[in-house]
Amino acid sequence: MSVQRVRAVVRKEVREFRRNRFVIGTMASLPVIFLVTPMITIFRVPDSASGSQVKAAVGVISLLMLIVPVVLPPVIASYSVVGERDQGTLEPVLTAPIRASELLLGKAVAAFIPSVSVAYGIYFIVLISVRLGAAHVVSSVVWHAPQLLAQLLFTPLLALWAIWVGIGISIRASDVRVAQQLATLASLPLLGFTSLVSFQVITPSVPLAIGCALGLAAVDLIAWRVVSNLFDRERLITGHSAPWDDAAV
Amino acid sequence: MRSSHWFRRRRVGLGWRPVSWQGWAVTGLAVASAAAVVVVLRGSAARLPVLILIVALYAVVALLTGGASADRPSSSDSESLPEPPSSSAGLSDGQQEALQALTGRNRQVGGSGAPVLVVEHLTKRFGDRIAVEDVSFTVAAGEVFGFLGPNGAGKTTTVRMLATLISPTSGSATVAGVPLDPQRGVEIRQRIAVMTENPGLYLRLTVAENLEYFAGLYGLTDARRIGQALDAVNLAGRAADLCGGLSKGLRQRVGLARVLLSDPAIIFLDEPTSGLDPVASRDVHELIDGLRERGVTVFLTTHRLEEAERLCDRVAILNTSMRTIGRPDELRDRLFTKTLVVRTATALADPARVFAASGVESWQADGPAGYVLTVGDARAAAPEVARALVHVGADLLSLSEGRHSLEDVYLELIDRDAGTNA
Repeated sequence: MSVQRVRAVVRKEVREFRRNRFVIGTMASLPVIFLVTPMITIFRVPDSASGSQVKAAVGVISLLMLIVPVVLPPVIASYSVVGERDQGTLEPVLTAPIRASELLLGKAVAAFIPSVSVAYGIYFIVLISVRLGAAHVVSSVVWHAPQLLAQLLFTPLLALWAIWVGIGISIRASDVRVAQQLATLASLPLLGFTSLVSFQVITPSVPLAIGCALGLAAVDLIAWRVVSNLFDRERLITGHSAPWDDAAV
Repeated sequence: MRSSHWFRRRRVGLGWRPVSWQGWAVTGLAVASAAAVVVVLRGSAARLPVLILIVALYAVVALLTGGASADRPSSSDSESLPEPPSSSAGLSDGQQEALQALTGRNRQVGGSGAPVLVVEHLTKRFGDRIAVEDVSFTVAAGEVFGFLGPNGAGKTTTVRMLATLISPTSGSATVAGVPLDPQRGVEIRQRIAVMTENPGLYLRLTVAENLEYFAGLYGLTDARRIGQALDAVNLAGRAADLCGGLSKGLRQRVGLARVLLSDPAIIFLDEPTSGLDPVASRDVHELIDGLRERGVTVFLTTHRLEEAERLCDRVAILNTSMRTIGRPDELRDRLFTKTLVVRTATALADPARVFAASGVESWQADGPAGYVLTVGDARAAAPEVARALVHVGADLLSLSEGRHSLEDVYLELIDRDAGTNA
């Protein structure tokens, strides 16, 4: 594993994002727009509200906060391989001495940085807003330590999982649009898990949050290896699978 | 030229500043809206989220319509810049110096003249279709080797196999001293460089950033090599230009700079002059000549036969299987008999008698006063023929050796294949 090669990929990808601000701009704007109504709702919850009212209002916000890292990265990740193939830049890269695992890790990190930055940024704004303007009863639920920990730990790990799913689809897809649609669909099952946490069906506690985070980290690590093994240079260039194990190449 | 951006990133500090009337209008609207919300929604719980929404929307607009802080030339700006001057006779001194600095590290692979590429019985099938069949050849270090063939002949497939992009169905090869093996793909690719027919540049990145990316992929730490590679292709003045704004010829040069970065033992060039105008093609030819002088091994895939004839030490003609291989003059000798072409002022009265007396194997008329003579040795036969013509009082206008081009060789072989298949 060459850190220099991974860093080169990350730097290139980030530069491309910076030159094409629509990628990040549109990525950030959607969650902000969807956040408006739940935020207004949460600010209207009075101090005298019942526990179930508070739980429902906060649940919607928490769900949205956990959805953001799941639905944002597939847009970038699903483009990463099939997009390069479409624009004719993939073959020159594959002639360079970079392993599939290094290339994909670089692309994953590059998708991870803006996705998690946007997700954390929005969460931070919500936290501060709730602290400053919402009723105490709401603030105490949102600022509940296990809830905060779960959010902080799950955001990057869920994002990574969505990224690996997106990249895996990008490796196998033949069209950018199909890849993006499939990647978004493939990230939906994660919403089940996030809903359970958001609406406190699974009540977050510190040990549970850490345990789930460790489990997600292991899944992410396995996903990296699986997706790297899916990477088949010959298939990407010619449409036919290679008879040799391409992950080693 | 006026900037099309509404905002520009601050050189110092964070954030954006408006740089156009649209930017100022959006800023004014945002400030007015924020002030209105503060006043109108006083005491309302919705005031803070609405303010946040206004700020967020303003940030999104700034992000989408903003430009970089540096006054980087835009693609349209770079279009209007003149092409760098090309030297009329070979590479400029600066280019030669840059090539000298870039190349040489890997010349010791196999030693000069030793095979740097050995291909044995290489075959590639895609399902039932045979793309390349039983191809064998060697390329010596420092050689410029031409790989010719019609469309679909398997040239690019062969290059892809040697570059470890696709796996051979059978056969073996040694590339830059490393056996072609899936476990040694990185090692092989570290020692070679491939310029694909489409240079595959990132159009939103600058020329220098494209090269920087590949320098990173090759693990190069010496940043000077990027400047040297750009000097070698005469593009130093365009380093900060976005690749999207470059002409096809300039993009091709960036592709060439990219393959020079890592000082590879073998450079594979796949149709490097495809779609280029004559001036741009000449620049590429001069660069390949420069590489030959520096002892760099070049594997040149091309359709352009005059290009192969001019540049290549040896050529191979492929049509799924290897049809022939050798120096261009060898191939001519192998395929075509030697001829002398004679032109006289008036037709000879008895050409059969004249040419029979001067060691000519056979002859045929070529126009009213022209003759094509088949000879065993053109150098020995020419003076004999001249003497015989003078002896019979013929007015000799010209006597020359018949020349077959590489194109004749190529067409002859491909026609034979077509005849066989029919």
